[in-house]
Amino acid sequence: MIEIDTVSKLFGAGDSAFRALDRVSVTIKENEFFTLLGPSGCGKTTLLRLIAGFEGPTSGKILLDGQDLADKPPYRRPVNTVFQSYALFPHMTVAENVGFGLTMLGKPKSEVAATVSEMLALVRMTNLADRKTSQISGGQQQRVALARALAPRPKVLLLDEPLSALDFKLRKEMQLELKRLQSETGITFVFVTHDQEEALTMSDRIAVMSGGTIRQIGGPREIYDQPSERFVADFIGDTNFLSAEMIARTGDSAQLRLGQGAEVTARAGQVDKTSGAVTLAIRPEHARLVALDAGQLTGTLDDIVYFGTDTHYHITLDGIGTRFVLRRQNSPDEMRPVQQGERVGIALASSAGQVLKD
Amino acid sequence: MAKSFDVRRQPGFTAIAMLCFVLLYLPILLLVAYSFNAGQSISQWEGLSLRWYASAWQNDQIQSATILSVTIAVTAAFLATSVAVLAALATTRVKPWRGQTVAFAMINQPLMVPEIVTAVSLLIFFAMIKVATGYTGLWYLIIAHTAFCIPFAYMPIRARLQGMNLSLEQAGADLYGTPVKVFRYITLPQLWPGILAGGMLSFVISLDDVVITEFVKSAGQDTLPTYMLGQLRRNITPEINAISTALLAISILMVTAMFFFSRTRK
Ligand SMILES: Nc1ncnc2c1ncn2[C@@H]1O[C@H](COP(=O)(O)OP(=O)(O)O)[C@@H](O)[C@H]1O
Ligand SMILES: [Mg+2]
Repeated sequence: MIEIDTVSKLFGAGDSAFRALDRVSVTIKENEFFTLLGPSGCGKTTLLRLIAGFEGPTSGKILLDGQDLADKPPYRRPVNTVFQSYALFPHMTVAENVGFGLTMLGKPKSEVAATVSEMLALVRMTNLADRKTSQISGGQQQRVALARALAPRPKVLLLDEPLSALDFKLRKEMQLELKRLQSETGITFVFVTHDQEEALTMSDRIAVMSGGTIRQIGGPREIYDQPSERFVADFIGDTNFLSAEMIARTGDSAQLRLGQGAEVTARAGQVDKTSGAVTLAIRPEHARLVALDAGQLTGTLDDIVYFGTDTHYHITLDGIGTRFVLRRQNSPDEMRPVQQGERVGIALASSAGQVLKD
Repeated sequence: MAKSFDVRRQPGFTAIAMLCFVLLYLPILLLVAYSFNAGQSISQWEGLSLRWYASAWQNDQIQSATILSVTIAVTAAFLATSVAVLAALATTRVKPWRGQTVAFAMINQPLMVPEIVTAVSLLIFFAMIKVATGYTGLWYLIIAHTAFCIPFAYMPIRARLQGMNLSLEQAGADLYGTPVKVFRYITLPQLWPGILAGGMLSFVISLDDVVITEFVKSAGQDTLPTYMLGQLRRNITPEINAISTALLAISILMVTAMFFFSRTRK
């Protein structure tokens, strides 16, 4: 539906030009909840602004339903934006804000009024319709911004970190609400966030961005379980990185020898290598504490950090010195208690590790 | 640690500050006081009276000068403000363009050029047009006043535009507002305080002008200030004080209103 075809965006000119986007290509499907995830400054907002039409790409094309958007100004694109700062019109009431798009489209007053009350009901703001936007709370402003952008029934809704200004509880609530709105309206959502948890819980697919490029595109499971490279594995969740030697390769799986000598099987679908030094990524919850001689790795337990729902064990690996973090869900049937300073074994779940392309 | 420098602790600070205020406001207070003098003199107090206000009110010359002053000031303020809105949009809402800095300086130029120079150049320029066209009407004065009012109208409008959140206009465009509609429904409603401030400032500046008006006016086109200047050369009566006090009151009223307009509705 939206095709972004090798789009680059430079700010400034000449040698001092800054490349905010570098040959970005991605296709966003109809009815999809698509998320752009990445650290601050990686170009997420810039990409949204290109889709909305506030800026033009330096090179490359953006197509909507097969149609090139290059010559279309923002007011002729069937795309609406929920701005990071909400950008509600301060001189209008909540209802006037929500009705603005339809009014600009020249819809009759009765239709505008009907859609406005429908939208206000959708975001549960009906009772505040006549308030000025300065007289409502941050969470309510967020809902109004959402209703305003949804009212003209755009083909695509762009959301630029719409939840980042809200406190934790309200944010959780709005995450569910956004998901509900997306499935109720069937509108394609392009959602920007720097919060990996938010991205994992809400998205159909995620594009992980860094330094103006897309590093990996995939479903939440795929991104989390099969990160293609170190940046993605590191940015999303916690990860242990181990140096290893690839000794055999069959299809998507590879046989590796770890630094301490043990051999493990790992997934290697993302890399072309068949031998040599590689980096293995292992999630903290994919390893277990076992007796000293019962696992593939051994080390000294440095720290035990209690987190309520689970406990983190920080282990320094024998011989290599690398820090390994292991996570275990707390349960009533407590396992054999371990002590700080104790030497322990680590068992890796079979095929849990992922070989990264470097 | 050394004490931070505080100008209020310097010897003579209070005395100098008081002296400045006295020099600034004592003459004005005297002028206002003598406008209520019952006698003929402008330096000898003979009791309280409104006779000079009454006599100024009934003076035909003062009446016509007042009408002319207000006509010019209203027209010039309207024109200057309209032009200033366009200039402010062009210097704040357009992608940076070559020559922008020069244009910016040129808009504010009338503030820098000595008024007498502007006056003389306009005198010569308009004289040439008068010869060529034979037109001797009011528009010379209106155009001249518009020209020197523009920078005063421009400043508050530009400040207001710069203070506005750009994403509001982007949101307007995003919601299918064409540039004209975005200006009409998003920018303009928020720009009003700036426009009113610019308009009133222009009005006051135009009302007060002597030098340029004196040079540009044709025979019989006396505004209040040039009429007063003419009177001062003949016999001085407290009538002049009365007119001045009235002008002062209008200015204070305007500036106060402007202050409130530019503060409210943030
Ligand atoms: N108008 C601009 N002029 C110059 N640099 C810009 C402009 N807009 C964004 N940038 C730069 O582009 C980079 C990406 O910005 P942005 O897309 O806002 O990042 P994100 O939304 O991912 O935090 C940043 O380094 C930012 O400084
Ligand atoms: Mg951003």
